Amino acid sequence: MNFDLSPDDIRFRARVRAFVEAELPADIARRGIHDYHSCRSDVDRWMKILNRHGWSAPHWPAALGGTDWNPLQRHIFQDELRRSRAPVLDRCAIDLLGPVLCRFGSAEQQQRFLPPILNGDIWWCQGFSEPGAGSDLASLTTRADLEGDHYIVNGHKIWTTEAHCADWIFALVRTDQSVKPQAGISFLLIDMTSAGITRRPIWSIDEGLTLNEIFFDNVRVPVKNLVGEPGAGWAYAKFLLTNERTTSAVVSHTKRDIEQIRHLAGRAPTPTGFLIDDAVFAQKLARLEAEVFALEWSVLRVLHAADGDTSADAVSSVLKLRGSELSERAALLAAEAMGDQGLAALPDPEGHHKLRSDLANPQIVDDEAIGVASKAMFRRAATIYGGASEVQRSIIAKTILRL
Amino acid sequence: MDFTLTQEQTALADSVHRFCARDYDAARRQSLIETGTYFSADNWRAFADLGWIGAGVSEADGGFGGSEIETALIMQAFGRALVLEPFLGIAVLALQTLLALPPGEHRNALVAGIIAGDVQVALAHGELASRGDTDYCSSIATQFGEGWTIVGEKSAIHGGATASKFLVSARCTEGIALFLVAAGAPGVSSFAYRTIDNQLVADVHFSEAPAIMIAAPPAAVTAIAAGHAHAMIGICAEAIGSMDELLVLTAEYIRTRRQFGASLSSFQAVQHRMADMLVELELARSTLYYGLANIDSARPQRDHAIATMKAITSTAALFVGRNAIQLHGAIGVTEECIVGHHYRRLTVIAVLFGNEAVHLKRLSMLAMPIWDAQQVEVAF
Repeated sequence: MNFDLSPDDIRFRARVRAFVEAELPADIARRGIHDYHSCRSDVDRWMKILNRHGWSAPHWPAALGGTDWNPLQRHIFQDELRRSRAPVLDRCAIDLLGPVLCRFGSAEQQQRFLPPILNGDIWWCQGFSEPGAGSDLASLTTRADLEGDHYIVNGHKIWTTEAHCADWIFALVRTDQSVKPQAGISFLLIDMTSAGITRRPIWSIDEGLTLNEIFFDNVRVPVKNLVGEPGAGWAYAKFLLTNERTTSAVVSHTKRDIEQIRHLAGRAPTPTGFLIDDAVFAQKLARLEAEVFALEWSVLRVLHAADGDTSADAVSSVLKLRGSELSERAALLAAEAMGDQGLAALPDPEGHHKLRSDLANPQIVDDEAIGVASKAMFRRAATIYGGASEVQRSIIAKTILRL
Repeated sequence: MDFTLTQEQTALADSVHRFCARDYDAARRQSLIETGTYFSADNWRAFADLGWIGAGVSEADGGFGGSEIETALIMQAFGRALVLEPFLGIAVLALQTLLALPPGEHRNALVAGIIAGDVQVALAHGELASRGDTDYCSSIATQFGEGWTIVGEKSAIHGGATASKFLVSARCTEGIALFLVAAGAPGVSSFAYRTIDNQLVADVHFSEAPAIMIAAPPAAVTAIAAGHAHAMIGICAEAIGSMDELLVLTAEYIRTRRQFGASLSSFQAVQHRMADMLVELELARSTLYYGLANIDSARPQRDHAIATMKAITSTAALFVGRNAIQLHGAIGVTEECIVGHHYRRLTVIAVLFGNEAVHLKRLSMLAMPIWDAQQVEVAF
């Protein structure tokens, strides 16, 4: 056992920090402090800057536009981006689809789709969930029937994140009705401008728009847009989710939240001083901090697990479950820190969130305080998406504890 | 970073586990309790002869060249077996406090004696009012000719029941210093009692007891803090071992036990409770690594790691301990079932050297930067 960071890793963090400080445009950095989702124009600009340095998708193979960084360096990189409040990139494309295409895509698909992802030119969304297939994904019914050199897609996807601004969708579709549910699923890439696609935005309790539903009515998709083998979609989806093993902990996001809460509580007046000095509040914040450090050291354990080391499975199963709970708790604590103003529905100054501004707004000039209520509402979903907590517990019981 | 054990570390852990399986099964442990000794001189001799007391001590100090990782492995194995002897109090807390002092005649002799298993020294520092605040000390030392006398009441001293010498903290005019007092010296009265986990502690009262100063104020305070940091690593490692054992025992039990025509392990409510226990255990284990990584770091960083570890492990210990009993049902609260003994120990560990609240308060007072600025500056 050895818990020291290598000098290389320490230098690496310094290099990333210096890069971000020099390259992240000031206007984007300021908007990044707000708790609203980054707008597409900010993300596009930032991705192009990263791409010039070859840093858009560090976890991809170097030959396909990634880097040869070790897992710890990739974590440090993400950690520094969160610290700087840089825009969150198109995760669907970079973290989810990208590794699948790198591993299972044809050379033609890789050449066609990977470069525009790296440059932020084409945005993707993920078409997995359906009205009747949420946690039980294998029961999905959207079908793709082969007709000549096209698939004809019919069905209904829902909870599709960022579909309102996505150019393409990667979808799980049923190409074989005759086999058991997992075996008949294929992984298909579909142009969102195809005839027969209808999108409907779903506004959520944060008064923001990330969710959508998509209807497919006889949508024609060329067979060359099938990834890998027909019927192997379930395996690719499982591969895709293993790449989320440590990112699902969202530990760097929550670290940033703790800084924000300290900032807000240090300025929030109480009858005797400031909230940060209130013993009860301080204890809640310290508990969150302790749990976040426990989570970060769990992430480090998973990052350093040798290939095939099954003992890392136990700890990686913890990451999504506890990470999502902490994420939600942090957002609520930020709102609590602001007292009466914590749940004020402040409109997004950039106008991307719906948040109605038909009344006067409280006078809040602190960038750290903008969007807190919306984030608190949005994070209610954290224990639902990406595998609900109840499903996660059942997975732990079956695969780790073998009950 | 590397989270895997070296071959030597694996061999050490295996040898402690083998000893515990062979010489420390539940029946032998119970006989130590029923004879009212709660301690076996043979076991203590074995701990020394097998090299475990000196396992985490550098060769320069007469140890076997290991680190706090070796000590943690031993404590983890002891946690699985619920070892009763005061390894924590003597071989970790007192020994590491001494090791943190600058070399000197008394220090070196005591260290050598402890490692050899010949001398038992207990650190008499905690008082009833301390409640986990390791900076607190109200005992008074007064200079008396060449020597000193001490007045004060020390509370629940680990290893205090069997120690022949006490390392006593007391205030002199310059601050808190450390003194050596023989257990049989005039003015020393010791009241040994057991806590609910069947471990012995002692309240030790000093009434103008004669003492030798072995560390003056700044060095003594530094050493007491270092000793406690090591001891907290030790009890957290012990808690991890105990929780590891509880998860194994409980999983076995619920697979076997049938109610309503099905094994308990088939009920989702039971499965999810077990999953939550595993989550608590793994997060606690992660903080043990955080603590180990920073045991030699500068004070604020070390304090942050230790407070985080103790706060998280205290709540995990209570959660896993109580739910292991819950899933066992009534048999879990019987004296014959080892699960309840683990719960007793975990409950004590949760409050030893400060409970969750004490360590959370410490974290708020530290207000450490979330992103460690220091690491980056060093690199530039």
